[in-house]
Amino acid sequence: MAKVLVVTSGKGGVGKTTTTAALGAALAQRGEKVVVVDFDVGLRNLDLVMGAERRVVFDLINVVQGVAKLPQALIKDKRLENLWLLPASQTRDKDALTEEGVGKVIADLRSRFDWVICDSPAGIERGASMAMRFADEAVIVTNPEVSSVRDSDRIIGMLDSKTVRAEKGERVEKHILITRYDPSRAARGEMLTIDDILEILATPLLGIIPESQDVLKASNVGTPVTLSNAEGAPARAYIDAARRLCGDTVPMQVPTERKGFMDRLLRRRAA
Amino acid sequence: MSMGLLRLLRGNKASAPVARERLQILLAHERGLRGQPDLLGVLREEILAVVSRHVTLDPTKVIVRLERGDEVSTLEVDIEVPNDFERKKAAVA
Repeated sequence: MAKVLVVTSGKGGVGKTTTTAALGAALAQRGEKVVVVDFDVGLRNLDLVMGAERRVVFDLINVVQGVAKLPQALIKDKRLENLWLLPASQTRDKDALTEEGVGKVIADLRSRFDWVICDSPAGIERGASMAMRFADEAVIVTNPEVSSVRDSDRIIGMLDSKTVRAEKGERVEKHILITRYDPSRAARGEMLTIDDILEILATPLLGIIPESQDVLKASNVGTPVTLSNAEGAPARAYIDAARRLCGDTVPMQVPTERKGFMDRLLRRRAA
Repeated sequence: MSMGLLRLLRGNKASAPVARERLQILLAHERGLRGQPDLLGVLREEILAVVSRHVTLDPTKVIVRLERGDEVSTLEVDIEVPNDFERKKAAVA
């Protein structure tokens, strides 16, 4: 049974696209057949983060409008057998996303994949509401920072009222994914703690992605962070999160960088 | 108490508890507004409709404002009524 998962946040720049790419790759590595769909019409970036920017021919809008067939627009990942990308249009605007058209594309994707992961644009406008409209589950990406938590709360309200499931009286299963977390700053009282965020948002936790240089390195080269440095702290956190999405019970922890003695010494000198 | 002591020892202020408290207050308020997104707009329309039954009004001269206080909030309705409204009413009757 296919699952439609929206990766959303309200606020921009918190790591939705990074998360979409990383969870998509982690699920595909487990043998799940995955498509990641970019809903950020006009400002697409999932293609770039996935390293497929030069292979885009047709896009979501072309399929919605019937200009292209779905298989023509799907881009197969070069690293993972089970991973596909449906890019957004860079030239059109988000009004081209009609509910009927998006619904048809999602239904078609459901019949071909185990997971349909929708990368939402920031904001609460049409693109964001279309990305969540047909979702069964939602990952709400939240930074430990007041504006991000507030926007997540707003998005949770939308997931509970503006989705097809909500309108049918069913629930969208919601998960909080905390990104850019710095345990040492939280311990010093300089950053909201995991418990603070979960208590405020009253939504279960999917994972904690620590602040890490790996994330920028991965996007620089166009590789999901779970593939670019699979042993790194954020990759391990995303792999754990993907396991939880599949129903595994994985103890919750904040993975830390495994640093050697020389790394520590050099870092101290540099700082 | 112990938090205060810790802070003193460290010599810096923990800002996260402030963030947490501000968010809790703000979100409690914002969640209350959800589902009734435009209470003031609805009030304004209905007040305008009722008063217009008796007085000819310029709809742009009807102002509805809600002021939030700690204990109570005040709803302020400011309606500008033209001076000759009684004469107009008499003429209609």
